[in-house]
Amino acid sequence: MPYDYRPFPYVAPPGLNGPEPRHKVIIVGAGPVGLALAIDLANHGVPSVVLDDNNVVSVGSRAICWSKRSLEILDRLGVGEQAVTKGVTWKVGRTFHRDAEVFNFDLLPEAGHKMPAFVNLQQYYVEEYLVARAQALPLIDLRFKNKVVGVAQHGSHASVTVETPDGSYALEAEWVVACDGARSPLRGMLGLDFDGELFEERFLIADIEMQRDGVPERWFWFEPEFHAGQSALLHKQPDNIYRIDLQLGWDANPEAERQPERVIPRIAKVVGHADFRLDWVSVYTFQCRRLTRFVEDRVIFIGDAAHVVSPFGARGGNGGLQDVDALGWRLAAVVLGSAPPDALAAFDRERCFGADENILNSARSTRFMSPEPGVERLFRDAVLDLAGRADFARPMVNSGRLSRPCVYPMPDAPDVAALPAASRPGAVAPDAPLGNGWLCEALGRGFVLLGCGVDVPKVAGTTPLRVVGGAEIRARYLGDAAGAVYLVRPDQVVAARWLAPAAAEVAATLRAVQEGRL
Amino acid sequence: MSLNTQPNIADADGFYAALLAAHRGLTEAESHAMNARLVLVLANHVGSRAVLDQALALARGESRP
Repeated sequence: MPYDYRPFPYVAPPGLNGPEPRHKVIIVGAGPVGLALAIDLANHGVPSVVLDDNNVVSVGSRAICWSKRSLEILDRLGVGEQAVTKGVTWKVGRTFHRDAEVFNFDLLPEAGHKMPAFVNLQQYYVEEYLVARAQALPLIDLRFKNKVVGVAQHGSHASVTVETPDGSYALEAEWVVACDGARSPLRGMLGLDFDGELFEERFLIADIEMQRDGVPERWFWFEPEFHAGQSALLHKQPDNIYRIDLQLGWDANPEAERQPERVIPRIAKVVGHADFRLDWVSVYTFQCRRLTRFVEDRVIFIGDAAHVVSPFGARGGNGGLQDVDALGWRLAAVVLGSAPPDALAAFDRERCFGADENILNSARSTRFMSPEPGVERLFRDAVLDLAGRADFARPMVNSGRLSRPCVYPMPDAPDVAALPAASRPGAVAPDAPLGNGWLCEALGRGFVLLGCGVDVPKVAGTTPLRVVGGAEIRARYLGDAAGAVYLVRPDQVVAARWLAPAAAEVAATLRAVQEGRL
Repeated sequence: MSLNTQPNIADADGFYAALLAAHRGLTEAESHAMNARLVLVLANHVGSRAVLDQALALARGESRP
C-alpha cells in the first residue's frame, strides 16, 4: 500500500495579529532533525517554535537506515520502540562483483543491548511518529505552512520573517536553529557556503513495492551483468517497499532517467521481473561538504543544513540525530541560564569532528564506488578481483561504512586507562541490561553519576545511579576493576571516569563539561 | 619497524626474471592491472602501516634510503 500522506492542519499563527513575545528557540524545518531537537529541548524544559514550509511528512522514503545510536536517541525522545516495531531489522550485507558474491558481513549485534544494530524505516514514518510526539508536548509550538523567507542577527537574539497562507509576520528568538535540509534556505540567506567535494556521479534512487521472500539483507553489486559497469544497491523497508540505488554516471540526464519508462526496465533487470509498483523515484548527485562552523552568532546549523554526505553508509539522517544529541542539552542549559553561551563552542567542536568523520568515510566509499578513470579505477578493480579469492582484500571493498557514533576526542577528561575502551570518555555509554529494563533508559535526562559496583559521592547537579555488575556491566564498564564511577552527560556520552573520586573532583569536572571546557 | 632497503631476496636475478615472466603475454593494460593486484597482495603481507608509508615515500621518490 502506498503511504497515506495526510496533511497536517495549518493554524493561523498569533504573530499575524500582533508581535509575539521573544521566543527562546525557533527551529526551522520539521524534518527528523528539527522535530527531534524540539522534543529533546522540551524534555529539558525548554519551549520552542518549529516552523515548516510544508504540511506533510517527507515525500519519498529518503533516509531509511537508522543506526543503533539513532534508535537509542529516538527512544529517549519517546518513539524508539515504535520505530523498531515498524522497521525492518537486518544484519547481513552481501557484496557482489559481476554475478559472484565476493564478500558478506553479519553485523552480529552484541547481545545485551536494547536496540538492534540497524533498522530500515522510511523517513516519512519517523517524521509521522515525531510529529505525533511533538504535538503531545505543550512546550512545542509546531507551525505548518510557515515558511521562513528572511533572517537577521541582532547580537543577543535573531529574527525571522515568516510567510503563511494568511500573510507574513516577524518572529524573534534568543536562538534560531536551522534544520532546513541540504539546500538550507537559511544558509543561503546568511550567505554561508559549503567547503568540500562534489562528486561527478549521478545515482537513481527508487522505491518499489513487491512481494519477495527471504530474510531482509543489504545487497550491493559492483558492475553487475544487469547494469553494466555501474553499481547497484537493494535494501528492504517495511510495507514490502524495496529501496534500489543505481549508479547512472555523470553524463546521465536526470530528467530523462526519472521517467517511469526508463526506470521500470532498469529495475526489472535488478529484480528479475516486472511485477512491482513504482512508489518513488529521484536522481541525485553526491556531495561531501560542510559549513566551516555550525554556530553563527545566534543561528545554529544542524543536520543536512550543516553538512552533507553521500548516502552510502547511512550517515545523513544518523549524523543529523547525533547533532541533535550534542546540541539539545547544551542549548537547553544556555537558554535556562545554567551555562554560558560559550558552552555551545563544545557542540561546534564535537559535531565538526563528527561531520568530518562522516565526510571522510562517505567520501572514501564514494571514491571506491565511482573511481576516477586511470589509477583509481585500476586499484578499485584490483581489489574487487582479489576479494573473491583472498580474504585480505574483502575489508577493502567499500560499499559504505555503516554509521557508528564517533568517539569525541577528550584528552583532558579524567580517565582510567585500565577500564574498558568501549566506555572511555567521549564514547556513548554502552547499553546493558538493568533489572527488567536497560541502562540506556536510566541515562539521558540530566547528568548521571553512575557507580558500577561502588557507591558514588553526592554531587549537586548529578543523579546518582548505583548498579550492580552483571556480565555486561562488568565487560563494558569494569574490566578487571572492582568498581568504577562514570560521569555520563545528558546525551549519554561518557564525560569522565574514575575508580573512587572525591566529590570535589567530580564537581569540578561537571562544571568544566557544562561550560564546554571538556 | 622500518622498511628494509637492504638486499633481502636470495636470488635477485631469479626473482627479476620471474616478475618479467609473470607479465609475459599480457597487454599493457593487463600488466598494469596485475601490478595493482601485486601491490595489494604484497602490501597486505607487509601489514605495518609505518613500513608501507616508508615504501610509498621511497617509491614516489620522496626519500632516500
